[in-house]
Amino acid sequence: MKSDIKIKVCMGTGGIAAGGADVMNAFNKELKEAGIDASVEKFCSMHKVGCRGLCAKDVLVDVIINGKKTIYQYTKPDMVSKIVNEHLIMGEPVAEWVAGEDYYNFHEKQTKVVLSDCGNIDPEDINAYIAVGGYEALKKVLTSLTPEETIAIIKKSGLRGRGGAGFPTGLKWEICRKVVSSGDSPRQESDQKYIICNADEGDPGAFMDRAVIEGNPHSVIEGMIIGAYAIGATKGYVYIRAEYPLAVERLRKALTQAREKKLLGKNILNAELNFDIKVKLGAGAFVCGEETALIVSIEGQRGMPRAKPPFPVHSGLWGKPTVINNVETLANIPYIIRKGADWFSSFGTEKSKGTKVFALTGKVKNTGLIEVPMGILLKEIIYDIGGGIDKGRALKAVQTGGPSGGCIPAELVDINVDYESLAKVGSIVGSGGMVVLDETDCMVSIAKFFLEFTQAESCGKCVPCRIGTKRLLEILDRITRGKGKDGDLELLENLGNDIKAASLCGLGQTAPNPVLSTLKYFRHEYEAHIKDLKCPAGVCNDLIEYSILEEFCKGCGACIRVCPSGAITGEKKKLHKITTAMCIKCGACFDVCKFDAVKKG
Amino acid sequence: MVNLTIDGIKFTAPDGTSVLDAARRHGISIPTLCHHPKLTPYGGCRLCIVEIKGIPRPVTACTTPVTEGMEVTTINPYLEKLRRTTLELILSDHPNDCMVCEKAGDCTLQELAYFYGLRENRFLGERRIYTKKDGNPLIERDMEKCILCNKCVRVCNEIQGVTAIDIAYRGFKSKVCPPYERDLDCEFCGQCIRVCPTGALTGKMWTLKGRQKDIKEIDTICPYCGCGCNLTLNIRKNEIVRVTSREDTINEGWLCAKGTFGYTFVNNPARLTKPLIRIAPKNSNELRVTSYELKNKKDSEDLSLITRHSSLEKSLVTRHSSLFREATWDEVFDLIAKKFTKIKEQYGPDSIGSLSSARCTNEENYLFQKFMRAVIGTNNVDHCARF
Repeated sequence: MKSDIKIKVCMGTGGIAAGGADVMNAFNKELKEAGIDASVEKFCSMHKVGCRGLCAKDVLVDVIINGKKTIYQYTKPDMVSKIVNEHLIMGEPVAEWVAGEDYYNFHEKQTKVVLSDCGNIDPEDINAYIAVGGYEALKKVLTSLTPEETIAIIKKSGLRGRGGAGFPTGLKWEICRKVVSSGDSPRQESDQKYIICNADEGDPGAFMDRAVIEGNPHSVIEGMIIGAYAIGATKGYVYIRAEYPLAVERLRKALTQAREKKLLGKNILNAELNFDIKVKLGAGAFVCGEETALIVSIEGQRGMPRAKPPFPVHSGLWGKPTVINNVETLANIPYIIRKGADWFSSFGTEKSKGTKVFALTGKVKNTGLIEVPMGILLKEIIYDIGGGIDKGRALKAVQTGGPSGGCIPAELVDINVDYESLAKVGSIVGSGGMVVLDETDCMVSIAKFFLEFTQAESCGKCVPCRIGTKRLLEILDRITRGKGKDGDLELLENLGNDIKAASLCGLGQTAPNPVLSTLKYFRHEYEAHIKDLKCPAGVCNDLIEYSILEEFCKGCGACIRVCPSGAITGEKKKLHKITTAMCIKCGACFDVCKFDAVKKG
Repeated sequence: MVNLTIDGIKFTAPDGTSVLDAARRHGISIPTLCHHPKLTPYGGCRLCIVEIKGIPRPVTACTTPVTEGMEVTTINPYLEKLRRTTLELILSDHPNDCMVCEKAGDCTLQELAYFYGLRENRFLGERRIYTKKDGNPLIERDMEKCILCNKCVRVCNEIQGVTAIDIAYRGFKSKVCPPYERDLDCEFCGQCIRVCPTGALTGKMWTLKGRQKDIKEIDTICPYCGCGCNLTLNIRKNEIVRVTSREDTINEGWLCAKGTFGYTFVNNPARLTKPLIRIAPKNSNELRVTSYELKNKKDSEDLSLITRHSSLEKSLVTRHSSLFREATWDEVFDLIAKKFTKIKEQYGPDSIGSLSSARCTNEENYLFQKFMRAVIGTNNVDHCARF
């Protein structure tokens, strides 16, 4: 019998960083030496795939023989020859390298819509996308649906913007569809409309949009074409970060292939639809993810937001009606059209439909990209998908929504993850960053980290954001250095709330959230910094002191050897001592001590 | 026209008006720092925030157009608290050296700080420190006093069309500057100085020449070209210390570099203030030599140009005494009439030609050609602007 072998190597940015390209080369070489690709009995194909989520275990390699899939994790080039010899030729999987329970637990509670083909198909081959049903939604729309009917489906599905604000996508399209005039000339029919894909993903630690474009760029393109048809746009832009070179490359390849297949350009699929997409690279400003700043950036000016109204659907790019959708939002569209609004709205809660992709990072065992139905319990994400807290420590909080979001304390881990529930506890879904924090994380430092980011990325246009976030940061900084004053916490709250109320755009309006939410749930930790001059988590260097516990010290000398400043003294087999004045608080002794004899705090 | 309510009072306002304009038109004052009626709304200073029924968060009055049935609140304790915080933040990053600031007494920021009684500041912290480095003799930039209201950037772009400056960097370090932070190298029209609400942009020439309260304002017409822009001379101790222009004039308050900075000739000692009659023979070389020297000196870009310039011109005046003598206007007009009559009788009216100036007013130019045609009797009339 002829056996059909497929090999899929994870070649997202994470996979490549873990050595994916070398693994692929190794496979090529081994397959050639083994003569498998030339053999008649064994038909073998190999291709790259995008991210499938579990980046922590990269390089992940799928070997599918006659439909039976085996997944290898942590694959290195030198492991390849054994896999080829034992598995491909002899038919016996190399058991020690096969992905274990973790891999399946990670995927069990996920529901993949946007990511359903990521990690499965070759992102650089349009035929691979078409083979799994790609561009069928576009065909369906162009042959059997009017723009209004298309919008009705999206409205019915309940899809909301995945970029953070959660505005109903169908409604946005409908408003833009109905706009017949643009900005300056109210009586004149608008001659041009635009659809823009916002791929300027900038939250620290978030990589949902990058993974989608790297893993399945055609789903975004198809979503854009359907959107263009629905609103009546003939030109589209993908505004993507220049820091995503692989995504840009794959997107450009995908656009070229789509043009060759007449899916872009004039008379798409012989219908009366003319539409093409340009790629516009961002210059590295976080604020350009804000839609009005993004628009002026495309226009060639400094990316600074402007006041709304007018909203982009009325006066956007070059003053014309413009719809701006996030990557994930657009990638949902083809699946909704193909499988129906009811199918999509069967996932999620009453007000938050469908699934959401999160970048799960921090102190969980399984970090990576996950897609879950809206309304899933936060603890399911952390303990079932994430595999629980690393090193058996206790969960402290979950930070969602990146620099615009807030911290959800461990006691609220039973809440549902959807737009409304997270807003109720002072956080947001945001674009989908999810950082798990454990007992070794200092909440003041976490707030400071995010404030440093927003302050540096403030565009400088409005006073509360430009100077206000700076002052917040200064107050946080002095608290972490043990110089906090009475009244600092009230000042933080006061100023934070004023910044939220008075700032121009979403960046400033949400920038104080990390401070305000940690203050709400972890006020005692702030107070410990100010009143007791202690950092309970042992993070803030100015507030910690290292000492050696008499009862545990064995006098092994390990700490003396690693101390870079010669601050530790003591004879062998006798109690060692740290001279605090010489200690630079690097923590090397704490890390090296096998007997937990070094005390931090 | 749309109907709206501002602070409980019903108004009508034309379509497309901003809430700020509608309120101000009816005498309701809302503080602003970044708004200028002739520039596109910016919404950066956040002082003009108002509450509008149905909108969950405060919005800026300058950027929000009026709509039918809108209910606006421009003042309440909450809005005033936000405005105070914003002002405190601005002042926390400001030198606050009003006692020596050129702009004191004419500074919007100072006025607002006074109005809100901001003696203390809750937010003292890092302040931007910049060195002044511009070499030009006209525009003084003190960027530590800049509040990034963007008015200078907009006036340079929208009114003057030069785009010599824009905002660079991000966050707290944001800064208005020319490309690559080079020295200012533009038309030096001074429009940016005109709109700056603080002491960040001032004229170098008027440093330490007097506060606005000591200034007497005299309206006149610019002597430089036929546009005839309205000038307001700012006079102190019978000396022009700076030139401004009113917004309700034909030039809407905008001036060019000459109108703004070209006033020093008025008080220049070399300026002729009385008519002179030649007493020495025409072929004397002295004057020509001095003019040549003067012309060469002009090539120098040295900062002390103006001082050296005037000392040279002083020597020019002293030399006049050996060539010319002072006279009265009656005396010189008699002399001119006598000589023109003699030439006309001897050689005919067409032997006389005339050249007028674009610096004269229309009326003066009209009278001039009338004089040539009706009195002298020639059509030999021409004008410098024709060449």
